[in-house]
Amino acid sequence: MHKIYFDHAATTSTRKEVVDIMLPYFTESFGNPSSVYEIARKNKQAVDEARQKTADLLGADFNEIYFTSGGTESDNWAIKGVAESYKSKGNHIITSAIEHHAVLHTCQYLESKGYEVTYLPVDEYGQVNPEDVRKAIKDTTILISIMYANNEIGTIQPIEEIGRIAKERGVLFHTDAVQAMGHIPIDVKKANVDLLSFSGHKFHGPKGIGALYIRKGVRIKPLLHGGAQERNRRAGTENVPGIVGLAAALELAIRDMEENNKKMLELRDYIIRGITERIEHVKLNGHPTKRLPNNINFTFDFIEGESLLLLLDSKGIYCSSGSACTSGSLDPSHVLLAIGLPHERAHGSLRITLGDENTKEEADYLLEVLPSVVQRLRDMSPLYEEFKRKNK
Amino acid sequence: MYSEKVMDHFMNPRNMGEIENASGVGVVGNPKCGDIMKIYLDIEDGIIKDVKFKTFGCGAAVATSSMATELVKGKTIEEALKVTNKAVMEALDGLPPVKVHCSVLAEEAIHAALWDYAQKNGIEIEGLKPPVDHDDHHHDIHEDDE
Repeated sequence: MHKIYFDHAATTSTRKEVVDIMLPYFTESFGNPSSVYEIARKNKQAVDEARQKTADLLGADFNEIYFTSGGTESDNWAIKGVAESYKSKGNHIITSAIEHHAVLHTCQYLESKGYEVTYLPVDEYGQVNPEDVRKAIKDTTILISIMYANNEIGTIQPIEEIGRIAKERGVLFHTDAVQAMGHIPIDVKKANVDLLSFSGHKFHGPKGIGALYIRKGVRIKPLLHGGAQERNRRAGTENVPGIVGLAAALELAIRDMEENNKKMLELRDYIIRGITERIEHVKLNGHPTKRLPNNINFTFDFIEGESLLLLLDSKGIYCSSGSACTSGSLDPSHVLLAIGLPHERAHGSLRITLGDENTKEEADYLLEVLPSVVQRLRDMSPLYEEFKRKNK
Repeated sequence: MYSEKVMDHFMNPRNMGEIENASGVGVVGNPKCGDIMKIYLDIEDGIIKDVKFKTFGCGAAVATSSMATELVKGKTIEEALKVTNKAVMEALDGLPPVKVHCSVLAEEAIHAALWDYAQKNGIEIEGLKPPVDHDDHHHDIHEDDE
């Protein structure tokens, strides 16, 4: 059976060209960039070139890019590192209710250490109102952290505007751009951000590598202590193959972005239309237009997400859901609850995230299979039985 | 994550459906937690002649409902009462720890349907307790799992 991968927001395959670029750094070019002899110096140069390339792609300077182990580390570092550096100025952090757990749980940890955190609500489409950010700023506010685009519902935030407000008020602004990087154009200067996190494996780069943009002049304590790598800010021997792979993948993603997005937007809207037309009692979650070109998120009333994923899996279609059973906790997705879905509807969500390799034929297969799969679960559901009885 | 038996009962659920004018109907769980089980019993001369279920929930919720109906079908009320969540789990070759509560729900759904039958017929079934307030119970179970 043909397998269809519709979960690109979870992770992507590493591009063949990227793997080829990385491979020599596992074997013949294995040197530690901190050593002095030739094979090590060459690797130091490879890391520097990757840093310059990454910086150029984001409109940043060479010294503003710091390589990390991924999005989670970048988010942890940005928030904890700034919180500690600026604690003499204040202890207040502003974030949103729909952040990734790498941000939310970090903020909750800081609350346990005496920091105060404001979790801004979002509207029904998942957008933060910049005016809410402005109103939440106090004398003690040291950091605002709002994601660039949401991982579940794909909603893109008004980052430039929030950044402008932060700048006006002299508050640092961090954005988790893990889902946005390589998918929509990002320029750190235009976005008015002071810190920006991203991760390689979301745009066909390798896993285990990411970066944090730290604007020149921002003070930040290290998260990892040890050697003098990354200008004394992030200890640990550089992941040379990862760093080289990250820069190469980002370059390719940005090079092909316009073409890929044109194709994905068409496919995205084709699937959204198809689902809306073919299945009753559904709701598109997230913003109708201000959303990532590859994101589709629907709620199907009366059914539960994990069951839906299992049945789709049995048909060779790989997706994800925001149900409790897939979030690994009691509650369904905090993002879906934050946009106002009641629990039972939040349990019945399906996320389809496209990649450039997905085709119209795959979309057609999904649209052919999905109605019967949803109906099968509805026929099994006591909620649907009740609904039908009431609406006879 | 799931055993083959769980997947089999999820993909091919046994006794899924409704019974019109059932002798007893039990509904447990709540939409907030993401699972609801409804069990229909057809009881004649103290024997469960037929049983059907409807479930809103994850793969394990469907599979435990299906297995629970299999285990009580054709049994006496007394025998059905002895079908515990552990028995349901064992019959499914186990469940992941976070899904144990589904088997508890399945046991409770059977008990709730028997309770409904007893209430309707003005009889008392020895050892059968009224259905518990499910909301609290469910949360406790989840916390134990973590």
